Amino acid sequence: MSVAPPPTGSTTVPDAAEDAPDRPGGEPAGGGRRRPRRPATTILVTAVLVVVAVYFLVPVYWVLVAATKSTDDLFTTNGFWFSDTPQLLTNLRLVIGYDDGLFLRWLANSFLYAGVGAVLATYLAAAAGYALGMYEFRGNGLIHGVILGGVLVPATATALPLFLLFSQVGVANTYWSVLVPSLVSPFGVFLCRIYSRAAVPVSVVEAARIDGAGELRIFHTLALRAMAPALVTVLLFQTIAIWNNYLLPLVMLADSRLYPVTLGLTTWRGQVDRLPEFYQLTIGGVLVSVVPLVVLMIVLQRFWRGGLTEGAVKA
Amino acid sequence: MSAPTAARSAARGPDGRGPGGVGATTPARGRGRSSAVRRAPWMLMAPFLVIFTLSFLLPIVYAVGQSFTRVERSGLFGEDGTTSGFGGLANYRQALEGTAFVESVGRVLLFGVVQVTVMIVLATVLALLLESASARWPGAFRTIYFLPYGIPGVIATILWSFLYVPGLSPVVDVAGLLGIDVDFLGPSTVLWSIANIVTWAYAGYNMLIIVAQLKSIPGDLYEAARVDGAGPLRIAWSLQLPLIRPALLLAIVFSIIGTLQLFAEPQVLQSVSTAISNEYTPNLAAYNSAFNNNDYGVAAAQSVLIALAAFVLSGLFLALTNRKDRS
Repeated sequence: MSVAPPPTGSTTVPDAAEDAPDRPGGEPAGGGRRRPRRPATTILVTAVLVVVAVYFLVPVYWVLVAATKSTDDLFTTNGFWFSDTPQLLTNLRLVIGYDDGLFLRWLANSFLYAGVGAVLATYLAAAAGYALGMYEFRGNGLIHGVILGGVLVPATATALPLFLLFSQVGVANTYWSVLVPSLVSPFGVFLCRIYSRAAVPVSVVEAARIDGAGELRIFHTLALRAMAPALVTVLLFQTIAIWNNYLLPLVMLADSRLYPVTLGLTTWRGQVDRLPEFYQLTIGGVLVSVVPLVVLMIVLQRFWRGGLTEGAVKA
Repeated sequence: MSAPTAARSAARGPDGRGPGGVGATTPARGRGRSSAVRRAPWMLMAPFLVIFTLSFLLPIVYAVGQSFTRVERSGLFGEDGTTSGFGGLANYRQALEGTAFVESVGRVLLFGVVQVTVMIVLATVLALLLESASARWPGAFRTIYFLPYGIPGVIATILWSFLYVPGLSPVVDVAGLLGIDVDFLGPSTVLWSIANIVTWAYAGYNMLIIVAQLKSIPGDLYEAARVDGAGPLRIAWSLQLPLIRPALLLAIVFSIIGTLQLFAEPQVLQSVSTAISNEYTPNLAAYNSAFNNNDYGVAAAQSVLIALAAFVLSGLFLALTNRKDRS
């Protein structure tokens, strides 16, 4: 289930072997593994890696600790250690109960935008990429060029004018205003175009045609399956992109009940100076929204290997 | 009638497909054998193209149009109606004459040069260390470094903002105990506090791209280098770095585009730092023009300038590195 075949063949080292680099004679076939060095080098390198790991983990650890504290304890106790009266559940109850479960609604909105948006975006990108990769027709190069330009245009450059256009037709401040722009993944088209050429066997497509299968049916039954590894990559990237999006919902949405969790938490963060109880709410909310993402990252880590370079190397 | 049989047996054979296979680049095109085949690509592309046009091309065209449009309001709040017409480069002139916008461009360029360099060097060093035999538990470290990528930039900024605020932040406390008086949110430091957030969020992602590239280096190249007596540093410098160059270039180009777009981090930090003005970054300035000043023409002009700068900088960088290649 790797993302895509590595450009130069099967040199990817299996995870199991990587996690046991100190195994005697465990020099894997490919990759950059050298013979185990002197212990001093190992200790030095590992020490450097540990220091860097602490840097990456400190904010996550801090929020874990802070989410168990009352607002008073946040300011009076050591930030790197728990207080004497941990109250994680109380804080979580506060977060969830605030304003009739507004926070849960934000989470649900994020799942809606990212889930529905990414699945549809992947399907649309697969169809367009397959069409560009497998058929020769007038305008193919032009369309591909325009879409490729889309990869480079900053998303922020389109958000403002999009809001002006949407507000003129009355779509601004609705679910559609965030969902519809999320359905476009120029990068997805780019990757699917390259991948369809490499992975969809032309002879099978020809054979299916001779057997009388329609073009759309060939795409839906044969091509989609053959392109599955690339589709997983596109799906992951698009899910993260939509989940992380901030400017588009900020520009489009005025009704806080339509907010995704990112936008919602910033509105809470903005109120802490006037209302200190929002410290607890914001910190608890950050923890709840981060935990599923961190778990997802760890579980899906191996899917990210190829990513953007995969397309670039093949292009 | 041998063609179909050949096609079928090829399909059944173990090698009927394969990346870079002969058939891959010459699929069933150019035959024009039926109108169905000619129609198919358009039917497949239609849904994407409609939404792409609606939410991508149209706004860009509209933004370019707006950037050349001048809106004159009559009455104190424009209550006597507005008139709009072609304004030439007036919006661009206004955007570029405002020193704040030009300063913001300079600020993100400085930010980009420092932050992108630090991040790419960090990512490369981490990738090389993880791929060397000297590292213990490389899988666990890789996961830890990559983890922040899953946290949205806005949430990461909220998180770090707590660690920057005196009184709440244990980092400030610890530094104080050591006799260091740190102010993460002052006028001269807040830019680097933002750089820290961006580096924290994206270094692991770039590292993963580089690791993937390192893994695709064939093992016998290492053997050959070792036989020639190259040490680990020499192997990193003369073998690994040149071979991961494509990944590095791509990571840098994407980072440049990302730097120019800097928005969420300074916008969120505005609530804790008075040093961040409404025109701190180009995107923040454009947002401010549109939503605080209601001057869409200038906002559009600023957006167009940002997009152009991203194109030019990325193109320039790629051209420069390509030239170096040839010489």
